Amino acid sequence: MDIKKTIRMSKIAEYLIVFVMITAAVYFLIPLYVMLVNSFKPLSEIRGGNMLALPRAFTFAPWKKAWATAQIGVQATGLRPYFINSVKIVIPAVLISTLMGAFSGFVLAKWRFKGDTIIFSLLLFGCFIPFQIVLIPSARVLGVLRMAGSTQGLILIHIVYGLGFTTLFFRNTYANIPTEIIQSAQVDGAHFMKIFTAIMLPLSAPVIVVSLIWQTTNIWNDFLFGVSFGSSRSQPMTVALNNLVQSSTGVKEYNVDFAGAIMTALPTLVIYIASGRYFVRGLTSGSVKG
Amino acid sequence: MTKKPRRKISSDILMSRAVLFPTVLLSMIFVYAFIIFTIYLSFTNSKILPSFQLIGIKNYIKLFKLNHWHIALKNMLIFGILYIGLSTAIGLFLAILIDINKFGEKLFRPVYLYPMAVSFIVTGTAWKWFLDPGIGLERIIRLWGFSSFHFDWIKNSHFVIYTVVIAAVWQVSGYIMIIFLAGLRAISNETIESAVVDGASAFDLYTKIIIPQLQFSFLTAFVILGHMAIKSYDLVIALTNGGPGRASALPSTFMYSYTFTRNEMGIGASSAVFMLLMIAIIIIPYLRMQLKEK
Repeated sequence: MDIKKTIRMSKIAEYLIVFVMITAAVYFLIPLYVMLVNSFKPLSEIRGGNMLALPRAFTFAPWKKAWATAQIGVQATGLRPYFINSVKIVIPAVLISTLMGAFSGFVLAKWRFKGDTIIFSLLLFGCFIPFQIVLIPSARVLGVLRMAGSTQGLILIHIVYGLGFTTLFFRNTYANIPTEIIQSAQVDGAHFMKIFTAIMLPLSAPVIVVSLIWQTTNIWNDFLFGVSFGSSRSQPMTVALNNLVQSSTGVKEYNVDFAGAIMTALPTLVIYIASGRYFVRGLTSGSVKG
Repeated sequence: MTKKPRRKISSDILMSRAVLFPTVLLSMIFVYAFIIFTIYLSFTNSKILPSFQLIGIKNYIKLFKLNHWHIALKNMLIFGILYIGLSTAIGLFLAILIDINKFGEKLFRPVYLYPMAVSFIVTGTAWKWFLDPGIGLERIIRLWGFSSFHFDWIKNSHFVIYTVVIAAVWQVSGYIMIIFLAGLRAISNETIESAVVDGASAFDLYTKIIIPQLQFSFLTAFVILGHMAIKSYDLVIALTNGGPGRASALPSTFMYSYTFTRNEMGIGASSAVFMLLMIAIIIIPYLRMQLKEK
């Protein structure tokens, strides 16, 4: 429905709407603006000046410090090693959970069997559980698997708790592909893997992008698992940022905190800007199972 | 397969079960077996380590006697009601604006939605310092000449939970806008055109015709926001760290602190079970409805 063509509006009403929309945009942009301008100010300018003002003595020092020398926990490593930890967790976890979701979504959509709806419901419910309910046993199991505090442990956890969403994405997409295509391929002698790689995958580019973006955003932004199961050698960026901001030793360097916050936000923001359409699709299919 | 026992199971069916198996197995262990394990622990006297000695419902009795838990529940209620109410109102309002403005979709939607791409820890950091009376909003307004302006909610135990609401609503409103936008786009043209022909004002058109047709979007928004309110953890940790004192504690921060820092795992487990129950009440009817519709 295109209401723009249906409703006749006076010029005043149209301007009023634009004004309200710009006001709302300012409200949404203020935190980003505050982080950005203050990350380029020397500390004295934040303490002595107006947070909304542009930097007078423009400096990159807070960025350098946040990246390379700031005190995170007990070590003055900056956020760099934690950024690398996050990358090391995100890439394999995103790829594996997407691949597994593609397979299980395909089977649940096109290789129906008795009880498949129950299995799908159980997978879906797993998307919504409060992770507090699995923290204690997860910690035990990672310990038993000798993965406590390791990057591998966090990868495993993120794969497992992403499967519900990835399965959902692929199942809903594949359910809309006519079963006749698969049946005629079977008549031609194509087997399961052949059908999957030759028929389903070529039709899957959009849903793969949705799944990759959804998983990357969720895993990059995770804090609870990172803080519960990470150690100083595997903690993700979000945990390090929180340590930086909460640290109470010495002078509080707001500009370094802001630079660190932008570094943490940047990867997912870039993905969002580059592929907003798929981000939106993930959000809607993550909520409306239609 | 079950109906005709002698039929040969094709290699395709075997293959399909084989590729589904890891997903199902992992979920059964990491979701359902773990839930059962945590429920079991909530009935034991586990302290720093899990113990298997059952003590009945003592943990639950203790839990509901703890002031810390009362604060957490009360905060969750205040936070939940305001978070759901405000985000729904703002989300719907923005969706309507975007829907009727020709720049809406391209120019404004990305701006309203970007906070959803950002980590709660980043949101918490930005708002923590922006709401800080020493350097943030209070100081900005004072520098603008209102020298008696006072805004220290983030340091005030009575008001701190409202700062969590401010930051959380900022982050999620764009998401809710997307939900309503999808709902608005699904309304048929005829209903609206006939109302316009009948001479309905824009206000009547929305309040009497369009918004009543968005029931399903309202339900979806409620379910998303409700379950996020119960799970909220990262944001409050970054924004206030549950403080000052424990004034902004939530069930999630309670669970973490009792389980991992106070070494009262039994009580921590019982609080987690309580969180799961609250979420199940919201989610299960919703999922049942969604899966039936198919």
